[in-house]
Amino acid sequence: MTSAPVLEPVKAPAALDDAPEERAVPDGSLTVTFRNVGRSFDARTVLRDVSLKVTPGEVVAIVGASGCGKSTLLRAVGGLDSGFTGEILIGDSSVTPYDERTAVGFQEPRLLPWRSVRKNIELGLPRTLSKEAGRARVDELLKLVGLAERAHLRPREISGGMAQRASLARALARRPGVLLLDEPFGALDALTRLKMQDLLLDIHAQTGTTVLLVTHDVDEALQLADRILLLGHGGSSSAEGASVKQLLTVPGERPRDRASAELARLRGELYVGLGVDSH
Amino acid sequence: MSQTSLHTPPESASGTAVSIAAEQRAAGKFTPAKIAGPKALKRIPGGKVLIGAVVPLLLLLLWWLATDVLGLFRPVQLPAPQSVFDAGVELLNRGELYQHIAISVQRVLTGFAIGAGCGLFLGSVLGLSKIADALLHPTIGAFRAVPSLAWVPLLILWMGIYEDSKVTLIAIGAFFPVFTSVHAALRHVDPHLVEAGRAFGFHGFRLLGTVQLPAVVPSVFSGLRLALAQAWLFLVAAELIASSMGLGFLLTESQNNGRTDRLLLAIVLLAILGKLTDALLGMIERRALKRWA
Repeated sequence: MTSAPVLEPVKAPAALDDAPEERAVPDGSLTVTFRNVGRSFDARTVLRDVSLKVTPGEVVAIVGASGCGKSTLLRAVGGLDSGFTGEILIGDSSVTPYDERTAVGFQEPRLLPWRSVRKNIELGLPRTLSKEAGRARVDELLKLVGLAERAHLRPREISGGMAQRASLARALARRPGVLLLDEPFGALDALTRLKMQDLLLDIHAQTGTTVLLVTHDVDEALQLADRILLLGHGGSSSAEGASVKQLLTVPGERPRDRASAELARLRGELYVGLGVDSH
Repeated sequence: MSQTSLHTPPESASGTAVSIAAEQRAAGKFTPAKIAGPKALKRIPGGKVLIGAVVPLLLLLLWWLATDVLGLFRPVQLPAPQSVFDAGVELLNRGELYQHIAISVQRVLTGFAIGAGCGLFLGSVLGLSKIADALLHPTIGAFRAVPSLAWVPLLILWMGIYEDSKVTLIAIGAFFPVFTSVHAALRHVDPHLVEAGRAFGFHGFRLLGTVQLPAVVPSVFSGLRLALAQAWLFLVAAELIASSMGLGFLLTESQNNGRTDRLLLAIVLLAILGKLTDALLGMIERRALKRWA
């Protein structure tokens, strides 16, 4: 795979404090603002009162126990779900259905089995792009995710990791202001997952796009995110539905040492927040 | 088969492995048909066709033995293969055979095209639109429940005994298999893929052409092949009832004149034509599947 990611000036140490507003804003990446976002399915409240501002170019990981509404929150940002209450702004305007400013990488690659890898990535291109520009961009993306040699293959002829890389390239094809990743590496083996995390850092360093990443893997969140949003039920509150339980800023520049003591402390904190013994 | 017949008792672990491997190799050498059979078939051009021809040729042989050689049947019950062939040649020379075949093929293809086209269209509309489905599916279901031959008297009353009524009957026969398979397949397209398509800005006809239709290509073709078989079925039904030309007419006329040789000729021709058109559709299907599945 690719070499160690090149860090952009964006990731200056100044980004370490809780309100990293003073960072340089990468081109095209957008803010995401949640204002009292809630979501109920029939009578069951899944999310309530989620408020958060994600700055351009920031990577925010969303963690929480399974079924707590992580994916629901992400889908709302992508405009895949319009049943939420409250307000979600991308840049300065509300989310629109299947919002073009965002792109989604799903947990499953969701590639069309009858199309080659190249043709699948082409699906993600903006409609306004000319043919030549589109081809050039797909070439670039194929190189970025290391699939240039496999561009002609069908999804069933490549491994799960490659399919997920193709899916990532498809999401990047429209140069999204916000990249939404819903447990994108959850179904991959441990080794491939680590490689994919490095790839994502690499991509982020190159594109500078804002990333919202849903994950159930605490280590993944610590490795990739600027901030970690822990969704969960408030300790004393009896209200139904998950909300922002904790918002942690992860210290250190990426790529981070997976064995650092500071991260270990945060990991312990997160496990407690998730209701798991950290042993 | 007992365990011991598979391999000799082991002396050591590695010895066993070697002896098994050796035995497998030997088995491969001495019974090549088991392993190389299907592959060899693929290597010979038309190998599959040759295998497929074995049983029909055997049947022909049996037929010949039962009539010409053993004389088990009277010619009016079962004429010999030769006389069926002669009947064919005679009709061909009189220019009638070609006429019968041409009109029948024309009716089948026209009816099939109309029926399958309507089936594709309505199947797509009802498969994609919940409103259209709620509105129309019960009605179409009720029409499907009517045995298609029950339409014959009404069709003749409305359209007369000429081409229109026949083609309509065939179209009805071809419609339902296509409609049902397309409708069901579109309802079951992987919702994940559809959502991914929508997430990347596809909707309406573009979504249909990019995600939904390619996903249902295999079912569409199985529906089309069923419909083609139905079309031939309804052709004979239509021609048996009222016609002055066509293979179905040849059947009734031969029955009335006691020409069993011509009757058998018509049946053999229906088998051949049905198989030919199906094979043609099968070829198109293979191409489509290569592209989309």
